[in-house]
Amino acid sequence: MSKVKNLQDLKKMRDELKGKINLREKSDHPESMVQIKVSMATCGIASGARETMNYMIDELDSQAIDAVVTQTGCMGYCYAEPTIEVTMPGEKPLVFGNVNTKKASEIIEKYIKNGELVDGIIPDSYETIDGK
Amino acid sequence: MAKYKNHILVCAGTGCRASESEAIAVNLKRSIDENNLENDVQVVRTGCFGFCEKGPVVKMVPDNTFYVQVTPDDAEDLVLEHLIKGRKVDRLLYVDPETKEQVSDSKHMDFYKKQIRIALRNCGFINPENIDEYIARDGYSALGTILDEMSPESAIKIIKDSGLRGRGGGGFPTGLKWEITRKSESDQKYVVCNADEGDPGAFMDRSILEGDPHSVLEAMAICGYCIGADSGLIYIRAEYPLAIKRLKVAINQAREYGLLGNDIFGSGFCFDVEIRYGAGAFVCGEETALIHSMEGLRGEPTVKPPFPSVSGYKGKPTNVNNVETFANIPAIFLKGADWFRQIGTEKSSGTKVFALAGKVNNVGLIEVPMGTTLREVIFDIGGGIKGGKKFKAVQTGGPSGGCLTEHHLDLPIDYDSLIASGSMMGSGGMIVMDEDDCMVSVAKFYLDFTVEESCGKCTPCRIGNKRLYELLEKITLGKGDEGDLTRLRNLGNVIKDTALCGLGQTSPNPVLSTMDNFPEEYEAHVKESKCPAGQCRALMQYVVSPKLCTGCTLCARVCPVDAISGDKKMPHFINTSICIKCGACMDKCKFGAISIQ
Ligand SMILES: Cc1cc2nc3c(=O)[nH]c(=O)nc-3n(C[C@H](O)[C@H](O)[C@H](O)COP(=O)(O)O)c2cc1C
Ligand code: SF4
Ligand code: SF4
Ligand code: SF4
Ligand code: FES
Ligand code: FES
Repeated sequence: MSKVKNLQDLKKMRDELKGKINLREKSDHPESMVQIKVSMATCGIASGARETMNYMIDELDSQAIDAVVTQTGCMGYCYAEPTIEVTMPGEKPLVFGNVNTKKASEIIEKYIKNGELVDGIIPDSYETIDGK
Repeated sequence: MAKYKNHILVCAGTGCRASESEAIAVNLKRSIDENNLENDVQVVRTGCFGFCEKGPVVKMVPDNTFYVQVTPDDAEDLVLEHLIKGRKVDRLLYVDPETKEQVSDSKHMDFYKKQIRIALRNCGFINPENIDEYIARDGYSALGTILDEMSPESAIKIIKDSGLRGRGGGGFPTGLKWEITRKSESDQKYVVCNADEGDPGAFMDRSILEGDPHSVLEAMAICGYCIGADSGLIYIRAEYPLAIKRLKVAINQAREYGLLGNDIFGSGFCFDVEIRYGAGAFVCGEETALIHSMEGLRGEPTVKPPFPSVSGYKGKPTNVNNVETFANIPAIFLKGADWFRQIGTEKSSGTKVFALAGKVNNVGLIEVPMGTTLREVIFDIGGGIKGGKKFKAVQTGGPSGGCLTEHHLDLPIDYDSLIASGSMMGSGGMIVMDEDDCMVSVAKFYLDFTVEESCGKCTPCRIGNKRLYELLEKITLGKGDEGDLTRLRNLGNVIKDTALCGLGQTSPNPVLSTMDNFPEEYEAHVKESKCPAGQCRALMQYVVSPKLCTGCTLCARVCPVDAISGDKKMPHFINTSICIKCGACMDKCKFGAISIQ
C-alpha cells in the first residue's frame, strides 16, 4: 500500500523528515543565525567542552533557536576552558570562558535570547579563531 | 532517531566516484565507528558539487569546510582532526588560484559566490538515493498542491508567467509548449524527458539526474497532469550508468510511496515513468530523431511540422523537454512565477547551468542567473585563465554554437544576446580558449565532430560538412588559398539554409563565427602559411641558427629521417622538405640553436 495517500500525508512526512536535513539547511545560511564555536582542543575536552556542546545543541534545538554549533581548535584560553565563541547575526563575536552547562544555559537565556551581557566574557580583542 | 551534530557530505557524482570517493565514504564511516561517533556524525553521499576537477570533494556541515582532492587515506585525519579536535586539515583545503590562500569554507569561494542554484538546488545537498531527503526539501509538494488545488490550465499559466524557456538549446517557451500539447486532442499523450546530452564536454543533465532525480520525476508528473498524459519516458544515453541507476532507484521509491502510479495523492490522476536507452548519437538529441529512436526506428530526424506536440511518439501528442527544464519546474511552483521572473533578464528568466571547461582555473558545473556576463563567469567564477595566459575566445553552444571574443566579454548571457552575436546558448557547454589555441583548428575540431555525427539523411549536411572539413584541413596544412575562404563562407551559408534538421542547420556556425571574429588568423594561414597560435604543425619550421650552432652533430644523429646535414664544427642545416617536425633535434641541442618559426 502506498505511503502517501494525500497531500496531508506528504506534509506530515515532510515535517517529520525536516529534522534530518535541518543541519544542512542551517549551514547554508550561517550569516542569518547564531553561530557558536566550541573549543574542542584537548584541554577543552578535558574540562567538559563536549558536554557543553551537546547541551547547547539540544537546548537551542528544543527552544527552536536557529543556530549553528561547530567545534573548533584550541582558542588559547586554556585557563578558562571550556570556552565558546558566540556570534549573533550581524554582530561581532564574543568569547565566553568557563562555560559549563549552567553557564551555557545563562548565555542562551540572557545573551542569545535577549542580548543582555553576562559575566565571563573574555575581553581580549582577538582574531576570530580560524580567521580565514 | 540519532541527532547528528555533523554531516559529512561526500560527493558521489561520476567525477568524484572515478577518483575513489566511495572508498572515502567507507573509510570515514569506519573511523567514525571506531571513535564512537556514530550517533554524532552522519556520512551522506550526495550528487555533484560542480567542482569535479578538484574532486573528490568532501564538505563538512555545519561549518561548510570544503575539502578538495581528498584520498581514502585522508578519511581518518578528517575524523581525528576536524571532528574530534576541531582543527581544519589544512593540506586538503582549496587554494584560491589568484591569492594563493587557503579558503576554509565554501561560502568564501569565488566559485560559488555568484552562483544561484535552482536546477541544481539539491545537487551536493541531499542523498539522491533517498526519497526522504527530497521530501524534506519540499519534494513532491508542488505536485501534491497542483493535484489538490489547481486545474491544468492554471498550472500551465504559472509556467507561462514564469517565463521559463527550454534549456535544451532552442529556448522555446515551456508554458506555451505545454499549452499546445494540452490542446492537441488525443486518447493518449506522452511526456518525454530528453536526457541525451550529446554536446562534447557537457554534463549538466547527467549531474542533475545523478544528484536530484526526483525533481525530474516530479516535474514530469506535473507536466503529465497539465497536458493530459499518463505516461512519461526518459530517453537517456546508455553511457550514463550512474544516472540510470539513480533514476531507477528514484522511480522505484516514488512508486513505493505512491507518488508515481495510480491515483496519485488520491486525486485520481495516474502517471508512471519508463526509461529508454539511447546509443549515444548526437543527432538522437534532436526531438524527432529521439522519438524515432524510441519507436525502434533509425534515429533520423524528420521535417517539422508536424511538431511532436501534435504528432510525436507513436503518432500521439508528445511534450519533449530537457532535463534541466524539468528540474526548474517544482521550484517555480513552490516559490512562484514572480520569484522566478525576477531572477535573470526580461526575456530569459531564471538561471542556466553551464559546464565550464577549457583553459580556466576553476572548471566545473555552475549555475548562474541569466544576464550574468561572460566576464563574470570566466574571471570571477572560473578564476581567470590558467597559467596567467591571455584570454582569446569562448565557445558556447557546442558544435551548434560559435566563438565569442574579448569584445563580447561584457555580453549578458541570455538566449537572445548570444544569438545576436553569432553564437547560441545551446545546452550549456562553455569552453574557454587562450592565446595558444588556433581558431582554424577549433573550427576543424567541431566540424570533425559533426561529420562523424551527421545521420546522412540529407545531402547538404552529409556532403557539405565533409567538404567544409576538407577545406579547413587544407588550410591548417598550409595549402589553402584565398579562394578557400570564400568557398568556406558560401558553402557554410548554403548548408545552414538547406539542411533538414537542427544539426546541419547549425553545424557551420563554428566556422562562420571564427571567420567573423578572427579573420586575420584565417588570412595568416592562407596568405603567409603561418599559424599565429603556433598550433598547426604543418606550418611550423625547425631551423638552425648558424650563429648559435657549434656543429656538435648531436641533432643530426638523433634525427629519425636524416633531415639534418652539416660538417663537424660547422653550422648545421635542416632540410625542411624532409623534416617531419618531430622536435627531437630541438630537445637535444645543448646550445639552443634550433627554434621553430
Ligand atoms: C542536433 C541536435 C541535438 C540536440 N540535442 C539535445 C540534447 O542532447 N538534449 C536536449 O535536451 N535537447 C537537445 N536538442 C533539442 C531538442 O530537439 C528539443 O528542442 C529539446 O529537447 C526540447 O526541450 P526544451 O524545450 O526543454 O529545451 C537537440 C537538437 C538538435 C538539433
Ligand atoms: S541535417 Fe544532418 S543530421 Fe540532420 S537530417 Fe540532415 S544529415 Fe541528418
Ligand atoms: S645540436 Fe645544436 S649545436 Fe649541435 S649541431 Fe645541432 S644545432 Fe648545432
Ligand atoms: S624536427 Fe625531427 S625530423 Fe625535423 S630535423 Fe628535427 S629531428 Fe629531424
Ligand atoms: S562529481 Fe564530485 S564535484 Fe562533480
Ligand atoms: S590550424 Fe591553426 S592557426 Fe593553425
